[in-house]
Amino acid sequence: MPAYILTRLLLMVAPLLGVATIVFVVLRLIPGDIVLLRLAGEGGSVTEAVLRAERARLGLSQPLWQQYAGWIWGLVRGDLGLSMWTGRPVAYEIWVRLRLSLELTLVASALVAAIAIPLGSLAALRRGGWIDYVLRGFAVAGLSMPAFWVGVLVLLFLLVLFHWSPPVTFTPFWQNPVANLSLMVWPACVVAFRSVALSTRIMRSALLDVLHEDYVRTARAKGLPWGRIVMQHAVRNALLPVITIVSLEAAAILGGLVVTEQVFNLNGLGKLLVDAVTQRDYTLTQALIMLSATAFVLMNFFVDLCYAWLDPRIRYR
Amino acid sequence: MSETGAPRLGSTTAAARPARRGSRLVRRHLSGVFGATVLLLMVVAAVFARWLAPYDPLETNYTLLVHPPTLQHLLGTDPFGRDVLSRLIYGARTALLIGLVSSVVSATLGLLVGAASAYFGGTADLILERVTDMLLCFPLIVLALAVVAVLGPGTAQVIAAIVVPMVPRATRVVRSSALAIRQMPYVESAHAAGASDLRVILRHLLPNVVAPYLILLTAFLADAIILEASLSFLGLGVVEPTPAWGLMLRDFAGRYAESAPWLPLAPGLAISLAVFGSNLLGDAARDALDPRLRGRA
Repeated sequence: MPAYILTRLLLMVAPLLGVATIVFVVLRLIPGDIVLLRLAGEGGSVTEAVLRAERARLGLSQPLWQQYAGWIWGLVRGDLGLSMWTGRPVAYEIWVRLRLSLELTLVASALVAAIAIPLGSLAALRRGGWIDYVLRGFAVAGLSMPAFWVGVLVLLFLLVLFHWSPPVTFTPFWQNPVANLSLMVWPACVVAFRSVALSTRIMRSALLDVLHEDYVRTARAKGLPWGRIVMQHAVRNALLPVITIVSLEAAAILGGLVVTEQVFNLNGLGKLLVDAVTQRDYTLTQALIMLSATAFVLMNFFVDLCYAWLDPRIRYR
Repeated sequence: MSETGAPRLGSTTAAARPARRGSRLVRRHLSGVFGATVLLLMVVAAVFARWLAPYDPLETNYTLLVHPPTLQHLLGTDPFGRDVLSRLIYGARTALLIGLVSSVVSATLGLLVGAASAYFGGTADLILERVTDMLLCFPLIVLALAVVAVLGPGTAQVIAAIVVPMVPRATRVVRSSALAIRQMPYVESAHAAGASDLRVILRHLLPNVVAPYLILLTAFLADAIILEASLSFLGLGVVEPTPAWGLMLRDFAGRYAESAPWLPLAPGLAISLAVFGSNLLGDAARDALDPRLRGRA
């Protein structure tokens, strides 16, 4: 197993390097001079000396290969450069917002697992029943509603029915769990909404497949109670594809956070990315795009490990 | 239209009668028909917006700001005193234009790149595959935002921002079906008969990847509509004063949520309905064109 983990870790280096290269290239495609664009965008004229100083500060006066080497070496050391907007290190800007977005991701993923697995199983066990139909309708509807629209609906619902809107300030969980969760639970529901719709369908079809397996029939023939067959034989084996979906959705979470944090006005990574793009803060943008791809690659690694751990038929190679 | 018959029913004599076959076609594809109807309504709204909309969508009326629905303004007015219903109707034009253009462009690019890459293989195919792998590491909207960071907001830029993240997804799908077709005996016999590469691609390869292409096209339409609305909602897509549903939600979501809770409902419902319609049509297209998936929920 350790050898397997090590190989998988090494196999991650190449895609990450490629992703870093793509990010580097994409942001060098910007037409015009990014420093001029940024500084002139604030209005007023800028002198050549100011431009030159700013370029030097951001390392943009170096030749391209040096910038590329600097970018890769910085990634290795965790140094992502300075934000072009605030002037603070990009790593710091990300670090202060990471906690909120990470908590949102965890709460949302927990919600998905807690809702999708039992509901999907129920739909499979009562196939063709009313639960199955309601869930199917919900799944199609869930995939048709963009996150910001669900978010607006939740906000309106809370406001109109309870005259309550979520608190504006973020309280860390260990300081005041109630205040923290009353802020986080609604955006987490919005983030989870789509994934629940997707995962429920996956769970349903996975369990239906497993229930037709020979070992389920054998277990029935042995006279095992149905509930035990479902819990111990069927659901456990049906979980694999669901784990994949939940983790991959969690990896793509930055995409979901981008919109949801905007709706709920949360100061997390998603909002940071939108602000960075709006303010033409290229160093911050490239770091955040890189971060989202890294999360995806890491999550894939995690899924592979889970597979190897849960399914003994998969050999560690 | 034998491919629309339901394999589960098993009775071939009933399937032969045209009237019953027609009714079964509608029944089997009820959701597809519904999806097509929704999209057709959108097309009508988009094309005839000038005659359907009661007001000019850009006309401001400062005596009627954020006014609740009345007989004159069926859906009320927005913070600039513009008629919401008119903006909703013109918004269909924006959503459909961007949705259709970007899904057609990305599916077509994917078709060309994927088919050529699968057919010729070799180093170019390998490199293209690895680049596709890497591009697929980015969530759709993150890559779209990267494109906006480069190009800035605007209608044409939004189309580019939607096309870039979708092309690798299209390439992947087309490539895998083209690879399977390349192994087919009829391709081999065409080669043996001395057909040129171009002829094999045009006569044998492309006609057989039309089905995945059409499935992609309808699936992308829903994604493109969501992506455009999301970008506009973030203020990084279509720019004011162009009427767009995402922009309409953006105006109302923040400041006017309390004073005018009816305002976000119309554009939000319009987006959901459009995406819902495209999803249903996409599912129906997949059912009709891909026999392997038929019958699965």
